[in-house]
Amino acid sequence: MLAMNYRGPKRVRIEEKPMPEILHPEDAIVRVLRSCICGSDLHLYNGNVPDTRVGTTFGHEFVGEIVEIGSEVTKVKVGDNVLVPFNISCGKCVFCKQELYGNCHESNPEATAVGAIYGYSHTAGGYHGGQAEYVRVPYANVGPTIIPPGMDLDDAVLLTDVVPTGYQAAEMGGIQKGDTVMVFGAGPIGIMAAKCSWLFGAGRVIIIDKEEYRLEFARNYAQCEAYNFEEIGDIAVFAKKTTDSLGADVCIDAVGAEAAGNAMQTITGRKLLLQAGSATALHWAINCVKKGGIVSIVGVYGPTDNLVPIGNVLNKGLTIRANQASVKRLLPRLIEHVQNGIINPKALITHRLPLEEVAEGYRMFSNKLDNCIKPVLIPPSAKI
Amino acid sequence: MEDNRPLEDNMPFENNRGPADHSHIKGWGIDADPKNDPTYPMKKRTNGEHEGYTWERPTQQPVNMEILHSIERPNVTAVFGTAAPLRGLSGAIRRMAFKNSENVYSHWLPLIMADRVDMVEGIIDDFKHGKIPNIFAEKGYVAEWNYNKTGLLARVAIVAGITAAVVLLARSNSRD
Repeated sequence: MLAMNYRGPKRVRIEEKPMPEILHPEDAIVRVLRSCICGSDLHLYNGNVPDTRVGTTFGHEFVGEIVEIGSEVTKVKVGDNVLVPFNISCGKCVFCKQELYGNCHESNPEATAVGAIYGYSHTAGGYHGGQAEYVRVPYANVGPTIIPPGMDLDDAVLLTDVVPTGYQAAEMGGIQKGDTVMVFGAGPIGIMAAKCSWLFGAGRVIIIDKEEYRLEFARNYAQCEAYNFEEIGDIAVFAKKTTDSLGADVCIDAVGAEAAGNAMQTITGRKLLLQAGSATALHWAINCVKKGGIVSIVGVYGPTDNLVPIGNVLNKGLTIRANQASVKRLLPRLIEHVQNGIINPKALITHRLPLEEVAEGYRMFSNKLDNCIKPVLIPPSAKI
Repeated sequence: MEDNRPLEDNMPFENNRGPADHSHIKGWGIDADPKNDPTYPMKKRTNGEHEGYTWERPTQQPVNMEILHSIERPNVTAVFGTAAPLRGLSGAIRRMAFKNSENVYSHWLPLIMADRVDMVEGIIDDFKHGKIPNIFAEKGYVAEWNYNKTGLLARVAIVAGITAAVVLLARSNSRD
């Protein structure tokens, strides 16, 4: 089968790889119909996440058809079209029982801080991802969710990560009616977080980025205010000036390790790898939020140290909430929202590429070429 | 006269909140619930969390290859990935890293170093199998050529210029 193959920082290629096999009685094999390149894949692509081994296949956003199941799989059957949450969760451990599906304790031997994620380094379990024609899906009784009849595959694939992560970012913000929400990063997740902030009753939503095409997209898609941080001077002053001089009620960091806008962070994080990427957006979120406010983090950082203004967190009495999205918990509500036209996920997709062009896809997304917001890969065996 | 001051200078210290009517935004307030504060996951806590590592574990995936596991847990998880088995020098460095917990630099920094060694091992492996890696294609330069020709050409010119300068400098030094 064809699959993406990571060869080192900024080097990926498409290659023939062995078919995945059932290795556990709760495994299923899925024929991929759509997979995406996610903004957080870029942290891997750039070599920022420890234990990203050469030869692995990325891709934690995918949908497909079940083609084989293990002996203990009862919830799905061969022929079902499923969307597969990006978290691999056992459904039995204390964290899964608490619906913290992103924190499962029975899927990732390498780290205790994070559960397993498809195609997201050995630090996240060492699983191959879905940027391939076929993929092994463990715990098939828990994660895979049958795509409702009539749902577009392009909508379904964004329900595996983008929509739940954006929604959870807003949810973790504890938004109260009328709140001002400031979102850092106008990538797909940031745009979705801005969109979902309205669902929790925000009175004002502001998104910050430096790419004009993304800001324009956010204005249209999420009906929010959008500002270019390169044009607004000091962002903390800007935030105070535009919010009765107090700050935003809720700030959302939807950037993580690849943040631009602070030379010190860029050099120590993105270039020298001495901290887990560049914590610029988090820094700004802490300094732009109101005292007693909430900072919600969904931007992905690696596990090493960060230059974060934690003193300000204390001084300001902030609540910081962060996690990988608990996709399975959120799916029923989000499917409802998609079916009722409240959220239109597929509108985020700007590029559809054959899987064979995965290297170009990564380059395009990483370097923000051709106004790319969200690229989707279609394997040759998808035949649609 | 055009005002070129940063946007923040032109803004008063006041909330520019728009009209309170959000009815034009589809779904506004649909998920608002005052009882959700504090919200997930705190509201889902039960006494189960105090029972520790006592849940009924899923069937264990056969451990028939070397799997590194965090020393902060007692065992290998019930399932695990088999994407890229340990190999060579990078594997040795990774084994060393896993003698330390996730709490310390001596766990993470060796892993980052091992990734770089792994990259070189990957190139050697390619050659061993008679494959010459196509770096231009792997780096996706086709997309760069299609959508950012000027930028790509500028970068190539800069690299070529620096290379030429270094070569000329080296030659002039060798004549001395």
